[in-house]
Amino acid sequence: METLKDLWEFLKVRKRWWLVPILVALGLIGLLAIAGGSSTLSPFIYTVF
Amino acid sequence: MDILGISAFYHDAAAALVRDGEIVAAAQEERFTRKKHDPSFPANAARWCLEEAGTRLSDIDAVVFYEKPLLKFERLLTSYAEVAPRGIRQFVAAMPGWLTEKIAARRSVREGLAKVDPGATRRPPLWFGGHHRSHAASAFFPSPYDHAAVLTVDGVGEWATATIGEGKGNRLRLLRELHWPDSVGMLYSAFTYWLGFRVNSGEYKLMGLAPYGDPDSQRTRAFQQTILDRLVQVREDGSIRLDRRRFAFETGLKMVRDGDWDSLFGFPRRRETDEILPHHADLALAIQRVLEDIVLRMAVTARTLTGARHLCLAGGVALNCVANGVLRDRAGFEGIWIQPAAGDAGGALGAALDAWHTRRGGPRESAGTSDRMAGGFLGPGIDGREVHRVARRYGAPNRRFDDPAGLCQHVAGLLADGKVVGWVQGRMEWGPRALGNRSILADPRDPEMQRRLNLKIKFREGFRPFAPAVMAGKAAEWFSPGCPSPYMLFTAQVRPERRRDDATRGLAGHPWREQLYVARSEITAVTHVDGSARLQTVHEETNPLFHRLLQAFESRTGCPVLVNTSFNVRGEPIVCSPDDAYRCFLNTGIDILVMGDRVFLREDQPEEARRSLKVGAGTD
Repeated sequence: METLKDLWEFLKVRKRWWLVPILVALGLIGLLAIAGGSSTLSPFIYTVF
Repeated sequence: MDILGISAFYHDAAAALVRDGEIVAAAQEERFTRKKHDPSFPANAARWCLEEAGTRLSDIDAVVFYEKPLLKFERLLTSYAEVAPRGIRQFVAAMPGWLTEKIAARRSVREGLAKVDPGATRRPPLWFGGHHRSHAASAFFPSPYDHAAVLTVDGVGEWATATIGEGKGNRLRLLRELHWPDSVGMLYSAFTYWLGFRVNSGEYKLMGLAPYGDPDSQRTRAFQQTILDRLVQVREDGSIRLDRRRFAFETGLKMVRDGDWDSLFGFPRRRETDEILPHHADLALAIQRVLEDIVLRMAVTARTLTGARHLCLAGGVALNCVANGVLRDRAGFEGIWIQPAAGDAGGALGAALDAWHTRRGGPRESAGTSDRMAGGFLGPGIDGREVHRVARRYGAPNRRFDDPAGLCQHVAGLLADGKVVGWVQGRMEWGPRALGNRSILADPRDPEMQRRLNLKIKFREGFRPFAPAVMAGKAAEWFSPGCPSPYMLFTAQVRPERRRDDATRGLAGHPWREQLYVARSEITAVTHVDGSARLQTVHEETNPLFHRLLQAFESRTGCPVLVNTSFNVRGEPIVCSPDDAYRCFLNTGIDILVMGDRVFLREDQPEEARRSLKVGAGTD
């Protein structure tokens, strides 16, 4: 949560709003990677791809 | 007020503790974990800093991280977006580290601190400095100057790759920045890679290879011209513009486009194990000259912008002591001071000092003629009990001396007899150089010493020179100029009357082995093929015991100079504790180990200890 807050403050100061979609995409990929490590969710993730 | 500075997560993690502006302790994590250039959070170094200061994490007023990770992340994403879809491999390789550790630096640092002092009842505030600002602070605030121009040059920080600043009293301003991807450090590292050395650690080797190049050859001049015409545009003020099409560090996992550079220089990239040939040395000399020209222009610009009579330097490029020698001689400053931990480790110290002076407005009194670095001896010390424990653990016979004078006389005699001595005393050095407290020492007059140290003790490329340590008061009798160089960060020429130039005449451009093992001077083991030496002046005020040893060696031999090379095992950092030192001693060809007041002779050491401590041989 602290990291998200830092990121938000950073974006507000630097006004690099075009980074937002990249960060969201990276966040989603990261979440998928973490979820993929769990045996219960991984079969569903593999079907997505 | 106690401030803890931290650098971590890239290379050379370190911690430094500053109390009311005074440096209490500073050390690199690698010395504790024994992993060279260890980038992980410096939990051991920070713990030791707190112990040394006699404090707890709860009582620390602030922790300062040496750079701004989110700004760095912005640079990374911007760069990838600019070159996409090229760079995808590098992007994929870099992102896991960023997403798990670096982007959440606040959390990563807090987690690291929790390991440092798990019982801490209070979390100190966490601040973030700027990468080059931390370098600049590490250069100016500990310097002896009240007013100075400040120049920082490295590969890259957040966006900046070089800055010019001005320090006055307790204030520091950055006036100009050069931005990524135009980077002097990356340019030099590209040649480090091309000539077969490791990026981020092999730059010293490239610098050491340059003097083997033929300064008068057409080939060297052509290489230099090619660099300036095709790779980098150098402007009058020292700012540069790289031709991005010819480098690969933005888009790939390599530094340059190999095929492109093949045709530029007319030979393929040298592999690490390939023989070093004269054209490699000529190219090393060419890029060294270009580097010197760039930093000289930057320094002159810094002088013009600030009107200062002194210059302070930091950043990885400031470890290039040949370029520093050029600045000393030609940049028009009355004095130059360089942070001994000029690389990223030094950022920890700079961040802490900057927080004290800039953020807190803490006073800074002019230090006069000496700096505030205590000779660079800011790391963990050894004490007699610890040495005794190590001796007992390994059943290591030794001889103990009651007084320092007797110890120095004895060791000087051994050195004069051609023995190689591991010398471990007092507090460990801060920065990459051993300055006489974690050193291997030898007689520089012995014509066979360089070969012996290279092949039997250092087990490394023979072309690299050894450094001389000389009593400060005698430096001018042996070197020109004999200016103070306490941190081994300047080169000087061995005085002409001490050299044997007739022996080396006509050898320029020959294979390096033909040039190397020629008696070039009275102190041939520390004289490079171009007559230069990477000088360390030893001062009685900052290292009285080492100074005394040099005195004793001089009174016995007439020579106040010793070979001083770092005490480390190949692939490992410089030794820190007596235990590290004893292990290293038994794994190399060092004849004598001196730790504190005890002398250990190699032949006396028990076979069992040798067997149990046997690791891969060699030092680097």
